[in-house]
Amino acid sequence: MSANKEAAPALEVHNLTATYDRQPVLWDIDFSLPEGSLAGILGPNGSGKTTLLRNIMGLMQPDSGYVRLLGQDLAKVRAQVSYVPQRESVDWNFPVSVSEVVAMGRYGPGKLLRRLRRQDRDIIEEAMERTGILPLAHRHISQLSGGQQQRVFIARALAQQAQIYLMDEPFVGVDAATEEAILNLLGEMKNRGHTVIMVHHDLQTAQDFFDQAVLLQTRLVAAGPVETVLNKENLQQAYGGRLNVLSKVGQLAAEKQFPLREKAFRERKKPAHGESD
Amino acid sequence: MEKVIDFLSFQDPTVRLVVAGTVLLSISAAVVGCFAYLRKRALVGDALAHSLLPGVAMAFLFSGQKDPWLLLLGAMISGWLALGAMELIQQHTKLASETSIALVLSVFFGFGVLLLTYLQHHGGGDQAGLDQFLFGNAASMRSSDLYAYGLVGMVLLVMIGAFYKELKLYCFDPDHAEAIGLPTRILRYLLNTMTVLATAIGIQSVGVVLMAALLITPAATARFWSYRLRTMLFLAALGGAVAGLGGSFASYLAPAMPTGPWIVMVLSFLALVSIFLAPRVGIFARMWRQRQNQRKIIRENLLKAFYHGLENKEAQHAWLSRPEWQEQRHLPEWEWQIGFRQLRRRRWVLRRSGRYRLTERGLAEARRVVRLHRLWELYLSRYLALGKDHLHPGAESIEHLITPEVEKELLRELDYPEQDPHRSPIPYKS
Amino acid sequence: MTIEGLYIIIAAMLIAASSALVGSFLILRKMSMMGDAISHAVLPGIVFAFLLSGSRAGLPMLLGAAATGVLASLLIELLYRKAQLPQDASIGITFTWLFALGVIFISSYTGQVDLDQECVLYGEIALVPLDWLYTGAGSAIAPRAIVYGVVLLLVVGVYLLLGYRGLLITSFQNDFAAALGISTAFWHFSFMSLVSVTTVLSFETVGAILILAFLVVPPATAYLMTQRLRVMLVWAVFWGLLAAVEGYFLARWIDGSIAGAMASVAGLNFMGVALVKQVLKRKKRATAFHTAAVK
Repeated sequence: MSANKEAAPALEVHNLTATYDRQPVLWDIDFSLPEGSLAGILGPNGSGKTTLLRNIMGLMQPDSGYVRLLGQDLAKVRAQVSYVPQRESVDWNFPVSVSEVVAMGRYGPGKLLRRLRRQDRDIIEEAMERTGILPLAHRHISQLSGGQQQRVFIARALAQQAQIYLMDEPFVGVDAATEEAILNLLGEMKNRGHTVIMVHHDLQTAQDFFDQAVLLQTRLVAAGPVETVLNKENLQQAYGGRLNVLSKVGQLAAEKQFPLREKAFRERKKPAHGESD
Repeated sequence: MEKVIDFLSFQDPTVRLVVAGTVLLSISAAVVGCFAYLRKRALVGDALAHSLLPGVAMAFLFSGQKDPWLLLLGAMISGWLALGAMELIQQHTKLASETSIALVLSVFFGFGVLLLTYLQHHGGGDQAGLDQFLFGNAASMRSSDLYAYGLVGMVLLVMIGAFYKELKLYCFDPDHAEAIGLPTRILRYLLNTMTVLATAIGIQSVGVVLMAALLITPAATARFWSYRLRTMLFLAALGGAVAGLGGSFASYLAPAMPTGPWIVMVLSFLALVSIFLAPRVGIFARMWRQRQNQRKIIRENLLKAFYHGLENKEAQHAWLSRPEWQEQRHLPEWEWQIGFRQLRRRRWVLRRSGRYRLTERGLAEARRVVRLHRLWELYLSRYLALGKDHLHPGAESIEHLITPEVEKELLRELDYPEQDPHRSPIPYKS
Repeated sequence: MTIEGLYIIIAAMLIAASSALVGSFLILRKMSMMGDAISHAVLPGIVFAFLLSGSRAGLPMLLGAAATGVLASLLIELLYRKAQLPQDASIGITFTWLFALGVIFISSYTGQVDLDQECVLYGEIALVPLDWLYTGAGSAIAPRAIVYGVVLLLVVGVYLLLGYRGLLITSFQNDFAAALGISTAFWHFSFMSLVSVTTVLSFETVGAILILAFLVVPPATAYLMTQRLRVMLVWAVFWGLLAAVEGYFLARWIDGSIAGAMASVAGLNFMGVALVKQVLKRKKRATAFHTAAVK
């Protein structure tokens, strides 16, 4: 690895703007997170937390701006990034067992045609062991509690053996034991130098869980070390309602089908050399 | 040609009757369909139509004749059974609601086909006429049928008129309807009954297979033209009427042809036209708006570039050469051409021996765009936690979008600032 | 049972087995109505294939017709995204339009197309023993529907063997698959093509609407019985085969449409399993209540 890569932040979000139904959901988000951090994406409901995660994972095309992971495009480092979606995003009646879901962490483009190797099986078992669901390996997923379901998703992410973990509200609806288990895992990951970025809605616990925080309210309110971000003024800004002018301009853009960026300034992949003004 | 005139003159009383009947059936199905469409249950209507087949066949099996009232009764019973089956499956099994629709549709239809073929092999009487339920045949309807179905259609329309307010509330927001004390259970039954009835009479002209089109397509088409329910119902009815007319005309020209496919073709054509031509939401309207937006962006970018040129020379009203203007902003040549033509047409720019000057109006516009750009940069830096070097791209585009009202608010919020974050002056009206 | 009856049953079983496999993924992906739409939408393609190739369309022609089905799924996507219609309305508008077009073709070219309106709806499975494929030298190979059925089963089998994981992960959680870098569009459209091929190759035998019964009902029955995908696939095939056999004898007994009878008994089988399931659930609940009370 070159010195340049080592210096690159784990996550770099550059002027990201995203719309849903032409309404801006994320507006000019710009921040970066250092490697090895445990970061929380915080903000009120509808502030674009999940949208940000989906944009980072390439599940949504941003209207402008781009994302770098470990200094690279997602396509190049996909194997280093693992994603834990929200628990409600799947049908838990789907006929698969716990181990089959965890095994999906070992799938990937080009790996779909071959059977899993012994090495893969070992990794899957270890992931289940680390999350404490090994005894449930052969259970059907509908027979799990909410906390256990969450652990299945996390085990699947562990099985990917990635550097960066992106999690969408892993603490929602889980029991105390699972919360404890997840927190222990987070500590472990941090010690190994992994980066964990998670959407989180509970401000009370944020202070204890994370070392970095990203505070959203459609726009970026603040990002950086958790103690500097979660101050009274920032929280007031994030939870004190939307910015009047910003949401009006958003509405205008949706009504008039106006692009939020001119073509020359969309900066899809590489930063365009914008003129100074 | 002669036949067209014959048809359109409505001289022939049977033609008159068939046309009137088909049009009425199509209207009532289209209007009832709007409610199913709004409740996002369009495909339930499709399943329902298929499920009527066994009922119709049963009615014929027991009575041995094609009595319209008996057929309606049979259709009602099997329609209700199908609805009940779907509901039971959804409540008591883990199957997705979508799967339950497909399941009921295919099994009921299969059973209907079994009964129908049984009748064809065993039945006496005019069982041949039963085929018309598959694809519809307006021309083969007898006057007694038409009176019966027409009456039902009228009743449906009257019911919708009578319960319009309640139905509207229920379709748009069932929870709210429940909260303000409307009998939502009864309304649901009423709507279901109306859908079953509309489907039962609709299949006379389009047949069970294509009935879905009569429920869905007019509603979807009407939705392109209006968001108001009243207008939507009216337009859907109009679409249904035109399609009914088209169908019966096809049936008149070629009596062997099934009517249903032709009705569907007319409906689909209307839908296609609407998708492209509807105001505001149509594809052309949207393309036009995008073009207008793009032109506005180009035009105002040229003005802004000119203003920057003026700032460099620090002389208002000065004349700029083309290169002096163009070096302010790298735009493709065609954009310069388009933008320049627009500025000339608006008389915002003057030209004299290869040099250019903005007119009063042009200068005011240029100042406005630059002002909005700088105001927005200031806003971004103040509220969006963006670094100085990240401000510019976000302000491009938005500067073209902000209306005078929003500008006023922006100014108030920023407290009439003098400078943008790059310390360039914010130009106000001089 | 006569040899003709055997041919019919074999043809039906081949179709039932393939559709059960395809249909299992169809209901897991919550796309049954998409299957319905595709089975209708292939009609104009089939009629076109018939018109181009004379009386009987060859296999390549029919596979071409399957493209109509994929086209329909694209059209639905287009209406949904570009014209911003709701999903169900997009499906309804697309398939009725294409199907109407097909029916108009058929009734306009009655002489040239060996299809009639009823056949389109419920197939002509009774004619299976009468329509044989011959080698170039003129010796008979097998009834055409059976050859088609074998081809279909092979196509479906190979696709599922190779695509099991891809289909599994995209059906379970499309977003997660996309995050792994798996092309979800590839799996969506290749699967839609498979549904399309299935409907086209079964079309003449069971028709546009009853193929939906084969696609949806046996897998739905199996889905109620198990929580393992592989077991579900086996059960789905079982219920499909059973419905084919039962349906044949029911149709013989009451002298009606064979395909219609197969759909009806498939429905009865489903009802039976659902009822047993319900009773077992009640009993379990009662025992649980009982033990709780004893404690």
